[in-house]
Amino acid sequence: MAYIFNDTQMAEFKRLVARYPEGKQKSALLPVLHLAQESFDGWLPTEALDYVASLLQIEPIEVYEVATFYSMYNLKPVGKYVFEVCQTGPCMISGSDSIIDYIKQVLSIQPGETTKDGLFTLKLVECLGACGYAPMMQVGKIYKEHLTKEKVDAIIAEFRQAANKN
Amino acid sequence: MGVKLLLEKANVPGIRSFEVYRREGGYRSVEKALKEMNPESIVEEVKKSGLRGRGGAGFPTGMKWSFIAKPEGVPRHLVCNADESEPGTFKDRYLMEFLPHLLIEGLIVSSFALGSSDTYIYIRGEYAWIPDILEEAINEAKAAGFLGKNILGTGFDCNIHVQRGGGAYICGEETALIESLEGKRGNPRIKPPFPAIQGLWMRPTVVNNVETLAAIVPIINMGGDEYAKIGVGRSTGTKLISACGNINKPGVYEIDMTISVEEFIYSDEYCGGIKGGKKLKACIPGGSSVPILPANLLLKTAKGETRYMNYESLSDGGFATGSMLGSGGFIVLDEDQCIVKNTLTLARFYRHESCGQCSPCREGTGWMEKILHKIEHGKGSMSDIDLLWDIQRKIEGNTICPLGDAAAWPVAAAIRHFRDEFEWHINNPELSQTSNFGLQNYADPIHVPA
Amino acid sequence: MSEQTLFKVTIDNITVEVPAGTTILQAARKIGGEVAPPAMCFYSKLKGSGGKCRTCLVEVSKGSEKDPRPMPKLVASCRTTVMDGMEVKNITSEKVVDARAGVVEFLLLNHPLDCPICDQAGECHLQDLSFEHGKSGTRYEFQRRTFKKHNLGKNIQLHMTRCILCYRCVFTADQLTNKREHGVLDRGDHAEIATHIEKSLDNEFIGNVIDVCPVGALTDKTFRFKNRVWFLKPMDAHRDCPTCSGRVTLWNRGDEVFRVTARKDEWGEIEDTPEGQPGWICNTCRFDKKQSSDWVIEGPREINRHSVIAQGHYAGKIGTTKPKETFTAVNDGRTPHLLMDIHDQSEVNQPNIHLSEIKGPSHGDTFNNNKA
Repeated sequence: MAYIFNDTQMAEFKRLVARYPEGKQKSALLPVLHLAQESFDGWLPTEALDYVASLLQIEPIEVYEVATFYSMYNLKPVGKYVFEVCQTGPCMISGSDSIIDYIKQVLSIQPGETTKDGLFTLKLVECLGACGYAPMMQVGKIYKEHLTKEKVDAIIAEFRQAANKN
Repeated sequence: MGVKLLLEKANVPGIRSFEVYRREGGYRSVEKALKEMNPESIVEEVKKSGLRGRGGAGFPTGMKWSFIAKPEGVPRHLVCNADESEPGTFKDRYLMEFLPHLLIEGLIVSSFALGSSDTYIYIRGEYAWIPDILEEAINEAKAAGFLGKNILGTGFDCNIHVQRGGGAYICGEETALIESLEGKRGNPRIKPPFPAIQGLWMRPTVVNNVETLAAIVPIINMGGDEYAKIGVGRSTGTKLISACGNINKPGVYEIDMTISVEEFIYSDEYCGGIKGGKKLKACIPGGSSVPILPANLLLKTAKGETRYMNYESLSDGGFATGSMLGSGGFIVLDEDQCIVKNTLTLARFYRHESCGQCSPCREGTGWMEKILHKIEHGKGSMSDIDLLWDIQRKIEGNTICPLGDAAAWPVAAAIRHFRDEFEWHINNPELSQTSNFGLQNYADPIHVPA
Repeated sequence: MSEQTLFKVTIDNITVEVPAGTTILQAARKIGGEVAPPAMCFYSKLKGSGGKCRTCLVEVSKGSEKDPRPMPKLVASCRTTVMDGMEVKNITSEKVVDARAGVVEFLLLNHPLDCPICDQAGECHLQDLSFEHGKSGTRYEFQRRTFKKHNLGKNIQLHMTRCILCYRCVFTADQLTNKREHGVLDRGDHAEIATHIEKSLDNEFIGNVIDVCPVGALTDKTFRFKNRVWFLKPMDAHRDCPTCSGRVTLWNRGDEVFRVTARKDEWGEIEDTPEGQPGWICNTCRFDKKQSSDWVIEGPREINRHSVIAQGHYAGKIGTTKPKETFTAVNDGRTPHLLMDIHDQSEVNQPNIHLSEIKGPSHGDTFNNNKA
């Protein structure tokens, strides 16, 4: 695929850059990487990073440095839905271990892997700031909280259904 | 019911919209500050209020503001730290989600006080839906003339921009946040120079937590002196506490810092007691980096006095027998929780979040995690406990930023107060895989179930 | 020029006067000897460097004449400027010695300790640091970290496992070349120096990353496994170079040039040219001019006699001279710390008795004869 923003994405790019003073367009790098990731199949191949560098008129290495530093940028292909399950202290004491085990079992994947149908990726992440609503996971932009095994079943069914429709 | 200054209107239907928020008395502080006050008098008012930074360090906000350099012709910036990532803390998220206009209102007043015409909210990337809420609030405020050019005809221009982070706890450290806002890796800067002199784009900058900036609104509305009357000692005003763990009612609570820890845990107005009628084992009262306290030292100080939910009382006894109010992330552990495992997950967190810039933190956090992993899985030896102690001691205070301390303290406190549980793990390698150490010496001293 | 304000600073009980704005480290280097804290990441010629490795931590026991309060934590001496009347403790502070030993242990935690096959051995700052400030042995019992190999082209060898992430090479590329192509990727204990995509570094000044690297992470491929530095004779030489100053040190064996480096001062940093500019050298001088005939040889380079490079070199021949001064004289008038008078313990060490006059110790013959 070609890693180029379409008109809507380009308009959003311009809006992001306009927030910063003249010559400080590098500041838009993090939001622009988010935009690129959303625009290009949920992950950022080198071509996409180079494209972002050219748009912001910075050296490619500056983009690589940033993209590898932050945990939200996927530098490898991921499934359509990424289950990012929190495993830090407060979630752990509220039972995240059993939720993680259950997802592994239901989807037959280990953390970091994607299901064969390319639908789901399981990622273990650190604290997402939903400690009072633990156990929890993030899927795309949404938080799924107060997880139980039943709720996990329902979430998976919901996404399977949504994927079938498209 | 305690005093509510921030969350008073949180349950008003439609409070997220400008119309309802304004009808409920919102944006009065902007009118007062911009029309009746000047930047200096606002800073004075904040100083009088005794407000301390709500992000964790508790540094007096008014003093921080007065440090900002004002060189001719150089723009200054206010940056709102919404990179809430300390495990156990989710109060800022609550504020932004339910009362976005309160933050925007506080930001306008603070921007005026600091002379910031371009103010940035740096929000953690994972809170992906909140920027939309904030941007809507910003647009509404702009349409009503509270933001943009020539606000309320006073000649003051201000724009607020929301930037999402990329997923890094370290960006909650103010200089790392500034680096990140500049589109770089979140490596904390070496201070000096401090942000008040050279911050964002090397311009004078103040970085404040969401809750701190929201608290500016009641301070302006009621006056600094009145605000200072709430609370006790140097813990003035109200504090948001995000309570989680094994309690009946996890959530965000506003307290006026005069209530006792016992009341906070057991009263129905707050946490509602321990879930399932179990006993309280331990608590991390101010976000994962502060020292964990066993039940007996949590409810009463070492001197046997009642412990209160405020800065001074929670730190009574220093790190030997006390802890910290920190960011207000209140994590409660019941009798079934394993301290070793809990410490392991926190050590893993800090290893994962270390930026890797300075050697004690980069190497030490991973080492501590590996040793804790060994002990937790029944492969530890007694010397490992002393080794852990020595490693944390060599990280603490020797790093560029406070992440080193934040990684060291939980390990130190766990060993200090629960050494016997570590020893039990080591002495019972098989048993510890299937059962728990339980309460042992740390029985809940007050609430013994009938 | 206006008169410079001078600040008095006392480090390990020795007082010096330095211009305002000087860092504690630079002031300590002015005193010299073991008063100067070790520095693995700070490099005075690279703007923004320092503060990261934490080996130069010192205790400030008195802030200044005006505000005598001590600083609450140990501070990085490379990034802390002196105040008038400041008092600093380096090796006289137990806290510093302890913290520094900790830092050394952290730095060595994941270091491969492959000195026997490392080209940097003999001029490695990490070797010196661990010898002078570390403890023998490690308490680390886990598998050491390794990295995927990256190829940086025909001239520069990257061994990421040896890297201590001082960021000096990143600053070098930023400040000496117009286009940085390598950087620090990933974070925490997985952070690495890399290019992300396989890429050879060939900016004409990029070779200087080899000289600034305190360890064997970046080494000269044209010298790789060719020789040990202590078998080579360092000679100062120059050539008329259109790109750089052309002032170098040749590392020779006989007339054969094995390696070309920039000239380094006693702190391991690039020396200034007579014009006062840092004497960075270009890739052509470093990698391509390997004939004696390419150079005008100035003479043997002086090497600190404590350095292993000075070993095996005979007095006068290649610039190392047998010391004539007493210890007190070379130590700026200070007498050495006497830990133990070994002359009390054994007559072997009696300075006035010639070794051949002492009976014993036993030789292999003694052992063999007894066996027979």
